[in-house]
Amino acid sequence: MSGTRPTMLHAASVTKRFRVGSRFRTGGVQIVHALTDVSLDVFPGETVGLVGESGCGKSTLGRCLLRLYSIDDGRIAFQGKDITNLSQRELRPLRAEMQMVFQDPYSSLNPRRRVGDLIAEPLRVHGKRSEADVQNRLRELMELVNLSPDFLQRFPHEFSGGQRQRIGIARAIAMSPRLVVADEPVSALDVSVQAQIVNLFMDLQQKLGLTYVFIAHDLSVVRQIATRTAVMYLGGIVEIGDTDTVLHSPAHPYTAALISAVPEPDPHGNIRARTILRGEPPSPTNPPSGCRFHTRCPIAQERCGVEVPVLRPLDPGRRVACHFPLQSGEVAGHG
Amino acid sequence: MSDTASGVPASLGPIESAPATAGRPAEGPWRAGLRKLRQDRTAMASVIVLVLIVLACCAAPLYASRLSQTDPFQSNLDGQITIGANTLDVMQADTAGLGLGVTPIGPTWHAQYLLGADNQGRDVAARMLYGGRNSLIISAASTVVCLVLAAVVGIVAGFAGGLTDTILARLLDVLWAFPIYLLAISLSIVLISKGLQIGPINIASDSLILPILIIGIVYVPYVARPIRGQVLSLTRSDFVLAARCLGVPAGRILLRDILPNVTTTIIVFAPLMMALNMLTESALSFLSIGVQPPGASWGTIIQDGEDLLYTRPMVAIAPGLAIVITVLALNFLGDGVRDAFDPRAKLRVRKD
Repeated sequence: MSGTRPTMLHAASVTKRFRVGSRFRTGGVQIVHALTDVSLDVFPGETVGLVGESGCGKSTLGRCLLRLYSIDDGRIAFQGKDITNLSQRELRPLRAEMQMVFQDPYSSLNPRRRVGDLIAEPLRVHGKRSEADVQNRLRELMELVNLSPDFLQRFPHEFSGGQRQRIGIARAIAMSPRLVVADEPVSALDVSVQAQIVNLFMDLQQKLGLTYVFIAHDLSVVRQIATRTAVMYLGGIVEIGDTDTVLHSPAHPYTAALISAVPEPDPHGNIRARTILRGEPPSPTNPPSGCRFHTRCPIAQERCGVEVPVLRPLDPGRRVACHFPLQSGEVAGHG
Repeated sequence: MSDTASGVPASLGPIESAPATAGRPAEGPWRAGLRKLRQDRTAMASVIVLVLIVLACCAAPLYASRLSQTDPFQSNLDGQITIGANTLDVMQADTAGLGLGVTPIGPTWHAQYLLGADNQGRDVAARMLYGGRNSLIISAASTVVCLVLAAVVGIVAGFAGGLTDTILARLLDVLWAFPIYLLAISLSIVLISKGLQIGPINIASDSLILPILIIGIVYVPYVARPIRGQVLSLTRSDFVLAARCLGVPAGRILLRDILPNVTTTIIVFAPLMMALNMLTESALSFLSIGVQPPGASWGTIIQDGEDLLYTRPMVAIAPGLAIVITVLALNFLGDGVRDAFDPRAKLRVRKD
């Protein structure tokens, strides 16, 4: 992670707050701290996996990175161009270069429009392509995502979840983007279909030279596709590094707990030491002081409740936000 | 759930929907809805009834000049008609009815004065047809006014959000807070007594435009509020976010993604609102603040029959029946349209 390599996407200290409630209702206005001081660099050609519990801010981060949401603080640059304060209108030309695949293949396709019409939308909005050109491109795209071109005349409701997700992917890559943010693109699908879609993502990355930010809560999916993985907890990145390093020898106790929560079939009958987290994640409207994880951390000490740990390099290719990072091979609570 | 294996062309893979639909063009939501509607017998019977009523009302001038041979807008207190060999007075000497020494002729069941005469000696059947024409025109036109206004307000409020939404939603709430009939009656009394003069616009007090506008406007909140709610949820839907992410301009999102989804709601509302509007129009006309004499509508004819309720009940019963049949047909059609186009909708036109 040398700072000299050109980044595809550079996010520095991104903070996002949502206001909920109303001054005129009971409870009043509350502030949800969805993202606090999140920094992330995405380099060309790589896949960055974002993992964490639901509600930790992964999807919000994905949407902020593409500036679908405005951000309250920090800076986002796409291919060296600062997009932090661009209006949606100014962002429009850039949209061809950065795209998103959505989690729910049902709600992300307008039920009243034909598949061909849906996929052609970005082509018609952006380039000044002739209609014949658009049709050719549509056939090309359908081939890329392994769908029959006959399907272009159909409506979304005629397809299964996996097929719909292929349609969503075809729409996202229609303009040959450089960066694709995939927001839990397989978590709404059957397990048997998940692998096919993950494979499709990897195929497309190879063929088209795409860069991915791949959001997931399933570690096995991330392990398969991501070159680097960022672990998020309560609106912040707690650990980031090469996927193998992070998932095999976690340095942050939360990462360790996340990994040990994955049921793993073990033919040798070895019982793994597991870290069970107590309680629910704290509410993001009122995050804990100091380290946000200290209320549930098995190795928390007095310092953790007072001092906010910064994301600092631990070893090459990995950074962690913890005062007492775990040593390699050590499992939280059992060291 | 079957899906094609990665790397295998889809046409070779086991695709569940392919064999069943091969060769047939995909059926859009619109065509599917129309097909369902055509299979709905109640709705189709209602359509036939409505078409017959509309045709009959369109033929009103023909009926008056050829069959009835009277002017339904001219009182005919000393007219006579010939039925077979008998010559009869239109106003017959009798003290029972109006208490004036004369009573209008009852139903003759012949071409002239089929349903009898009203208190002015006018042919009720001919007036029924002319009145039906007015009733249909007013209820249809006010439905158009109401739906267009409601769609514009609802879509703008739901899509723009923020302050625009707050202001429009509160305005609708204020309108909603008035009892419909009280509001309609107040507006009618003010406007119909003097007509409407705003700058260059000058609408005479007996113009049909006044009841059309009044009835159209009072029902706007009833349609605009559900549309606003729908647009609000559509605006926050994933596919609109996806369109934003694709760089689609807001105007195009509104036109291509939101409007088609709202159109079903508007279509479903149309027959139900027309039925409501017809009832409102009749009520206003019955109270003399709708269609102004000598013009007729079903409501005014019922009012004409009020004094004759015990001696010549047909004068009030006939337009009453016409209203009931038309409104029922519109409601049945509306139910059919709703089931066909929007089966999941919990949409019901609420009466105050």
